[in-house]
Amino acid sequence: MSEADFGNHARLLAAAESPRAARPPLVRRPSLAARIWRIAAVRRAVILAGLVLIWQVAASIQNNPLLFPTFTQTFAAFVDSLTHEDLARSALASIAVLLKGYVIAIALALVLVSAATAVPFVKEVLLTLTAMFNPLPAIALLPLAMLWLGLGEASLLLVLVHAVLWPFALAALTGFEQVPETQRLVGRNYGLKGPAYVALILIPAALPSLLSGLKIAWAFAWRTLIAAELVFGVSSRSGGLGWFIYRNRNELLTDRVFAGLVTVILIGLLVEVVFRFVENRTVRQWGMQR
Amino acid sequence: MAVSLPGAPFAHAAAPHAVHLAQPAPVLEAHQLTIDYVSDAGRVRAVEDVDFRVTEGERLVLLGPSGCGKSSILKVLAGFVNPASGSVQMRGREVTGPGPDRIVVFQEFDQLLPWKSVRDNVAFPLRVAGKLGAREARERAEHALVKVGLARALDAYPHTLSGGMKQRAAIARALATQPDVLLMDEPFAALDALTRRTLQEDLLALAEEHRFTLVFVTHAIDEAVLIGTRLHLLAAHPGRTIATYDTGDLGLAERGSPAFEAMVAQVHALLFADGGRHV
Repeated sequence: MSEADFGNHARLLAAAESPRAARPPLVRRPSLAARIWRIAAVRRAVILAGLVLIWQVAASIQNNPLLFPTFTQTFAAFVDSLTHEDLARSALASIAVLLKGYVIAIALALVLVSAATAVPFVKEVLLTLTAMFNPLPAIALLPLAMLWLGLGEASLLLVLVHAVLWPFALAALTGFEQVPETQRLVGRNYGLKGPAYVALILIPAALPSLLSGLKIAWAFAWRTLIAAELVFGVSSRSGGLGWFIYRNRNELLTDRVFAGLVTVILIGLLVEVVFRFVENRTVRQWGMQR
Repeated sequence: MAVSLPGAPFAHAAAPHAVHLAQPAPVLEAHQLTIDYVSDAGRVRAVEDVDFRVTEGERLVLLGPSGCGKSSILKVLAGFVNPASGSVQMRGREVTGPGPDRIVVFQEFDQLLPWKSVRDNVAFPLRVAGKLGAREARERAEHALVKVGLARALDAYPHTLSGGMKQRAAIARALATQPDVLLMDEPFAALDALTRRTLQEDLLALAEEHRFTLVFVTHAIDEAVLIGTRLHLLAAHPGRTIATYDTGDLGLAERGSPAFEAMVAQVHALLFADGGRHV
């Protein structure tokens, strides 16, 4: 580049440079309102408040607390049931049974899936069983479970395990099969084998599928349990949420029925928040899931 | 067929090439390697009767068109695949499976484990294979990452890195474990030309500094001449040895020089002697 060329070039640069001073900075901070609106919890709260408002207005117009109590009536019944009735104990009883069935089913599924990834024939068996039982609603097994195991926790556990096992096994199997070949080779390259290989490579690599399987399985289990409890509760002593709803309907305490339903929903939302927290801290942070 | 360039300034090139006995004991040795693939259609021969040896500090490049089985050979060297016949020996001991004495750098960007930060990715093999304590592994990982120019990305997760940075991290991970031999399977093939060039230069600088032993697979002739101290040319379908060259005297400084270009042209002519019909 000659001297003259260089001079030209410098002038061109200067010409391009000059309007830049007037330009706004590249990073513009959004306004306070926009930043608050970006918080997911804030948006959710606004949506919930809107739904509550619609509920309150609709129920007030209806003006028939026996069929459709307002939000405020339901809220009062909720507080009353929590403090004076056995709503809290029912909820805890339901959650305890749910966790028991959930853990048994997940453990069972992991054993089956491990065997399936090791032995092709077991995989064939598992895929066939999953195809058969996944579409079968768990609640449809309840009559048979009652016949076999009687009116008690064992019947509920059988139904719960059925609700959780197949969808989770399917998700886990898919997850393990989708682990990229390169990551498998990397693990083997370090001399990892057996349980260490599964724990340090396969499970974290399959975590997006495993988490989504856990989420789906949880939703199936929760629905199934509440439905099953409507029939006979958890046991004669501690009822469970489904039983709480059923009893109060018999006594035409509709506001308490609503309080029971709201509790079912709240627990569902709470678990959703927990899953979301775990996902944000793991698969989303690692860029394995958007 | 072995070709030594006249006037080579390096000691190993000056020694008569045919006299293998005068060379130091090989680190890695492939003996009459034949590799088959079993597909639904039956057995397909990928590689036939390939011999080579890699001595301490040497950089052997396996070069050939696609289908010559160069990546298959690397998989056998790493112990991921068993050969149909022949053997691979690591310091005189038969290779029977994968191990951390032969760390592989792959072409794929997903070779970094996405659930670990860059630092933990490098420290991970030191912990599980090198049996180092957490602090020591961490320090060595950081040192290796600084070496490859990733000092600013220690805590980043792999998905936030560019392709070139990912390959740098993979190289740091391989270097930190201090394997007996480094195996690289077209590590720069998926990068853009500019990044590839920088990484080639940086790899050579690291090789000069650490004198590691390397087996490098590529289909790019200029890359092979640049990186390798020795080229091993393979023909395709099935992979067979065509020729070997000493290129230890053709490095970064010679890039683009007449001698360098002549070597590239010569290798090109040899690989595509039949007009590339075998590809």
